[in-house]
Amino acid sequence: MKFTGTDSYIATDDLMLAVNSAMLLGRPLLVKGEPGTGKTMLAEEVARALGRDLFQWHVKSTTKAQQGLYEYDAVSRLRDSQLGDPRVHDIANYIVKGKLWEAFESDHQAVLLIDEVDKADIEFPNDLLRELDRMEFYVYETRQTVKARHRPIIIITSNNEKELPDAFLRRCFFHYIRFPEKSTLEQIVNVHYPGIAENLVKEALEVFLGVREVPGLKKKPSTSELLDWLKILLAERIPPESLRSTAKERALPPLHGALLKNEQDVQLFELPIRRRGAGF
Amino acid sequence: MLLDFFMSLKKAKVPVTLNEFLTLLEALEKRLVFGSAEEFYYLARLCLVKDETNFDKFDRVFMEYFAGLEYSGEELLAGIPEEWLKKQTERLLSEEEKRQIKALGGLDKLLETLKERLKEQKERHQGGSKWLGTGGTSPFGAYGYNPEGIRLGQAQSRHRRAVKVWDKREFRDLDGSVELGTRNLKLALRRLRHFAREGAKQELDLSGTIRATANNAGYLDLKMVPERHNSVKVLLFLDVGGSMDPHVELCEQLFSAARGEFKHLEYFYFHNCVYEGVWRDNRRRFNARVPTHEVIRQFGPDYKLILVGDAAMSPYEIMWAGGSVEHHNAEAGAVWLRRLLDQYPQAVWLNPQPGEEWCYASSVATVNQLMGSRMYPLTNEGLAQAIRLLSR
Repeated sequence: MKFTGTDSYIATDDLMLAVNSAMLLGRPLLVKGEPGTGKTMLAEEVARALGRDLFQWHVKSTTKAQQGLYEYDAVSRLRDSQLGDPRVHDIANYIVKGKLWEAFESDHQAVLLIDEVDKADIEFPNDLLRELDRMEFYVYETRQTVKARHRPIIIITSNNEKELPDAFLRRCFFHYIRFPEKSTLEQIVNVHYPGIAENLVKEALEVFLGVREVPGLKKKPSTSELLDWLKILLAERIPPESLRSTAKERALPPLHGALLKNEQDVQLFELPIRRRGAGF
Repeated sequence: MLLDFFMSLKKAKVPVTLNEFLTLLEALEKRLVFGSAEEFYYLARLCLVKDETNFDKFDRVFMEYFAGLEYSGEELLAGIPEEWLKKQTERLLSEEEKRQIKALGGLDKLLETLKERLKEQKERHQGGSKWLGTGGTSPFGAYGYNPEGIRLGQAQSRHRRAVKVWDKREFRDLDGSVELGTRNLKLALRRLRHFAREGAKQELDLSGTIRATANNAGYLDLKMVPERHNSVKVLLFLDVGGSMDPHVELCEQLFSAARGEFKHLEYFYFHNCVYEGVWRDNRRRFNARVPTHEVIRQFGPDYKLILVGDAAMSPYEIMWAGGSVEHHNAEAGAVWLRRLLDQYPQAVWLNPQPGEEWCYASSVATVNQLMGSRMYPLTNEGLAQAIRLLSR
């Protein structure tokens, strides 16, 4: 079974190879890339394309590695003991399964997304080394070893906010999603808005790529922003001709709120050219 | 054969390990890719490189290592139509450069010579001054410096086989060892932020728990609060004047953008070396000096000291009293530097000059020695190392 993209997700050749290699060799796939290039989407689409269950583990700054495995809910056990609940005698009642455990237990090979792994503490990836390597872990409270029935396809995303430890990187495949080329962008637009007027796409892409090239932008708009922008362009029925003039003059594009998320970035368009690029 | 490739990667400082190499072999054994150089390139990169900053290094090694195997000069000759070459040349060269071509006997002569050499040349070549290849000074090839050069095999070529993915070197900007540019600045900022924020821990809020438990009719209700963290205090000493000015601007931007992350950030300026006085406002450098003693008294040893300068000066300016170029200093620069280092055990020197050029000025080595080898280049990597050291 091979992943070749889906009807709503265009995968480049190198990305397909990366997913298929990770699948075949049972290694986690670490995905990096500009925000909005579809890192998180990838896991969802892989799961959909292959008809597998998807388990999503969204990592926050307070997330601990242990939470992905299981948690011992001592507080409710304490409360139950105050209430005299008979459940209190079996500790297994208070073991709450984490996403990793759920994925390990799945009847078929599952897809596990560990989203934004760089948000967590620096030690977080190190705490998962053995689990990702052997696909098993030990539950101290109940003295049992949980072993994956089928090695899940693990997709890990990172936004580069922290450096990941070498030992962790060694165990992963690494793929960097580049900002797509124009032809790929067109394909992406077409799968999301089938039947969209061709000249609108052409003009909009022109404006969009022009915006990306303005020097000094704090946050370049990416694929997801392009799609949002097209959606409101369609909803507002903006004629393609009006886009053409903005592309030429580099004026602020209509409905720019979807593309530029930063006050300074908006100002870049209103300021005279000499100030451009000086912004930091 | 692949083992050699692996060794060349190691030599090029791409962090690869044996395990990753074995993974690649395993993948090849499973016939994940077969018979396509491009797919092999992607697979090798997937298995061996774990950071986009190393992509460019990998591309270069790959280019060098596999180029000779793939196409030879004769094949190139067969594939390049003459008119394409001419058009490329005219498009790429300015009027002035075209005039310079006459140094080699005009465009036609140049093309003639090219053909000759293509015939002589059997394999791909890099460097050197005669053969076709990359990075050389020969008039033919890619990424070269010869003003008369003809660019071959880079972007825009209609001859698809000549342009390999790895030849495009699209990840050059992401290389961590290049100097800080606009794109790199953002990454550098993130590194600075690490400094201030190391994971938000949670701790038990005791009084909150007691109150919540009481409200809850005696049933336990735990409350957690995020651990309070003290931001970092930084003393920044910047070398101003002459060649340092553009770098100083960069550093100021860098640190003031990260200012929110620091509890305190204090700037001081100096020229070449730190002496008894520094100043806060460069326009009033001569009448608003702050005695360095005063700085040491005012800011405690919990401050982290970052000196930014190219450390290129005459040895007298560091080692001798009275050696300063601007004024008479009663004590040598080294004495003052040591005083600062005694007060601030956590200190680094950031040098905007690339590391390879440090050996040209003996003063750099002297300063580095005084700093206890804590001098780092002002690149992303250097900055990361410096920050790692400071946050220890």
